[in-house]
Amino acid sequence: MTDCFTVLVVDLESGKSKVELVDERARVAGGSGLAALLYSRFGQAERAWDHPSQPFILAVGPLTGYFPLMSKTVCAFRSPYHEQYTESHGGGRSALSLFFAGYDALVVTGRASELSCLSFGSRHLLIKEVGFMKGYGVAMTGKLIRRMFPKSSGHRSILRIGPAGEIGSAMACVNIDSYRHFGRLGGGAVMGAKNLKGIVINGDSSHRLPDNPEYRKVYKKVYDQVTSTDMMRKYYHLGTAVNLQGLNDIEALPWRNLQKTCDPGVARINGDVFADQTLLRNAACSGCPVGCIHLGFFRDKFKQDARYLYHQVPYDYEPIFAAGTMLGVTDCFDVLRILEDFERVGLDAMSAGVALAWATEAVEKGLLSEKETIVALKFGDAPAYQEAAGYLGTGYNDFYRLLSGGTLKAAAVYGGTEFACVLGQEMAGYATGPLYFAAQSLGFRHSHLDTGAYSYEQKHHQKDVAKAVDFLIDDEPGRVLLTSMVACLFARSVYGTETLAECLSVTGFETLAASLTETSERIRRLRWQVRIATGFKPEDVEIPKRFYSVATVHGAVDGPYLDQLKAEYGRRIMVLGRPDSEPE
Amino acid sequence: MCPLNQAMKFLTTPRIDRCIGCHSCSLSCARLIHQQISWSSSGIRIHSAGGLSTGFVALVCLACDPAPCVAACPTGAFSQRQGGGVVVRKKHCIRCGECVAACPVDAVSQDVHGEVYVCLHCGRCVKFCPHNCLEFGELDQLRRSLHDD
Repeated sequence: MTDCFTVLVVDLESGKSKVELVDERARVAGGSGLAALLYSRFGQAERAWDHPSQPFILAVGPLTGYFPLMSKTVCAFRSPYHEQYTESHGGGRSALSLFFAGYDALVVTGRASELSCLSFGSRHLLIKEVGFMKGYGVAMTGKLIRRMFPKSSGHRSILRIGPAGEIGSAMACVNIDSYRHFGRLGGGAVMGAKNLKGIVINGDSSHRLPDNPEYRKVYKKVYDQVTSTDMMRKYYHLGTAVNLQGLNDIEALPWRNLQKTCDPGVARINGDVFADQTLLRNAACSGCPVGCIHLGFFRDKFKQDARYLYHQVPYDYEPIFAAGTMLGVTDCFDVLRILEDFERVGLDAMSAGVALAWATEAVEKGLLSEKETIVALKFGDAPAYQEAAGYLGTGYNDFYRLLSGGTLKAAAVYGGTEFACVLGQEMAGYATGPLYFAAQSLGFRHSHLDTGAYSYEQKHHQKDVAKAVDFLIDDEPGRVLLTSMVACLFARSVYGTETLAECLSVTGFETLAASLTETSERIRRLRWQVRIATGFKPEDVEIPKRFYSVATVHGAVDGPYLDQLKAEYGRRIMVLGRPDSEPE
Repeated sequence: MCPLNQAMKFLTTPRIDRCIGCHSCSLSCARLIHQQISWSSSGIRIHSAGGLSTGFVALVCLACDPAPCVAACPTGAFSQRQGGGVVVRKKHCIRCGECVAACPVDAVSQDVHGEVYVCLHCGRCVKFCPHNCLEFGELDQLRRSLHDD
């Protein structure tokens, strides 16, 4: 195996591309580490997120294609949401397509003069103007791209944006192969700023089998672990939707803009209901035999006679929280309808749902009226949210354009900051308590997956700031290591450090295998250094009052404790991210 | 063309409508038979059936007898397998691609170097399918009629 990364660099302005070899494998591994390295080289800390020179980066890892569940791609960019460096992770076919196209990473710079699609594989690269796709939704764009680029069906990945990305919405996602996303923090807008409607990655080459005869044995061992044991059952059975009932039971499920944390209505939209009533089939990211993608369906009668149409919509815990409990919608088919409308315009479902939940409460409190919202927003009114999705995704008026930049931006103008459910970005669906609130607020991706705070909080009830922050700090490198490989984080129970070292070793990355602890710490620090260089300051992140008044299973949130957690976690992050910070 | 041989075993895809598109079968064939890491240099290839929303199809040899790819091969690299399918002698292959063109169901493929891939009906991919879509065994007319692909 080579220690050099093969990086395809595409400049949309000149239309020229080059292949660069970056000899840094042992230092940054791949995935998250490679993306941070590439941003530090190509990014412009002094320029805005939408400056043409800013890079849009995709990166896979050293184990992509070689082992099961190494099926994710890291997408990195300067976010329109907070103007800082960030990552978003997604699967579908993207990881294997990039790997089989022969690249460890793609860097796109420049802005195309017309709306364009980039298509590349191991032996071709072309940029086609697609001005006729302007304003088209995600599904239609996918159909048009499939017609325009007919090669490699089944062995390619199609990334595309909807109108939300074209208008520069900070909630615009990148759709991956219809059912997966680079969802959070506005990657879709970064593509939009580059006039890039779609990226087609043809995985049309192969790689040599590693020379080490142990490779097949280790592969088999890992494969058996993920398929023959119950280790992954929760992901493929009911899927993450199983969490709805569990979190509701422990009073940690946000309802109606986090006005409550449990509600009997969960019985109508929990994981069992979705599986029993809506689940059409499962699908998988390429290279993952688990198959955690749950595709639900709804059908609509479009004539008085028995004429129906049906739609397939992927569901998971987070989208159901965002389009369901957070909006007070308790019909499983209605949740799918709202998600479909978020998808159509290319909005990140979690961000959009939480933003509309705030808008609904703002309407209740008289801060907003139909003059701003156009449609009367009311908790539980699914058709209203379906309509609002279109307004939000297309930036229909000043209010929706402002809201699409982030709930707090709208709240700063219209009021209601105190009940904006924002923890660095629109919250994920875990109201477990102060540690989670502090962790999402300051976490690298503002994601529930940055650390296991929500899980720790459920098991540890004592209020010990030092211990809790130690946990957050200590938990991060292991996850960074996985996202540098790039594994699905659902596989974290399978890929411990020892197993990762074994996998890397038999694949031919012996040097990397021998230094995983130092490498993961180095990557963690590099990511924070890049983040801090683009403006991250813990003190700029405020936790709205709503989070201080949440009723959790442990009682009311202890405000001073939350403040201490946030202050200490922020302090520790800034130490890690000092420019001279190196792992011991 | 339809094989009804009771002694030989064949790879079939009787439950491909369960396929989740993980490509584990293709990856295992490439890894175990062709010494490659690949989802396309494989005797079985998984394609979406017109976009992911319509599920998946497996492109795999249907074990014709006589096989049109054998008839098209100018060097004898492809020869008829008893009961259906082909035996491939790679040393005789000149990478002309006639077999690829001759297969009516796109079950023979070529990589960028011209190397040819077709299912050898060895069945080694079967255990890697997490949903039991594949089967390795004898064929009869009734079971074939029940296939979903």
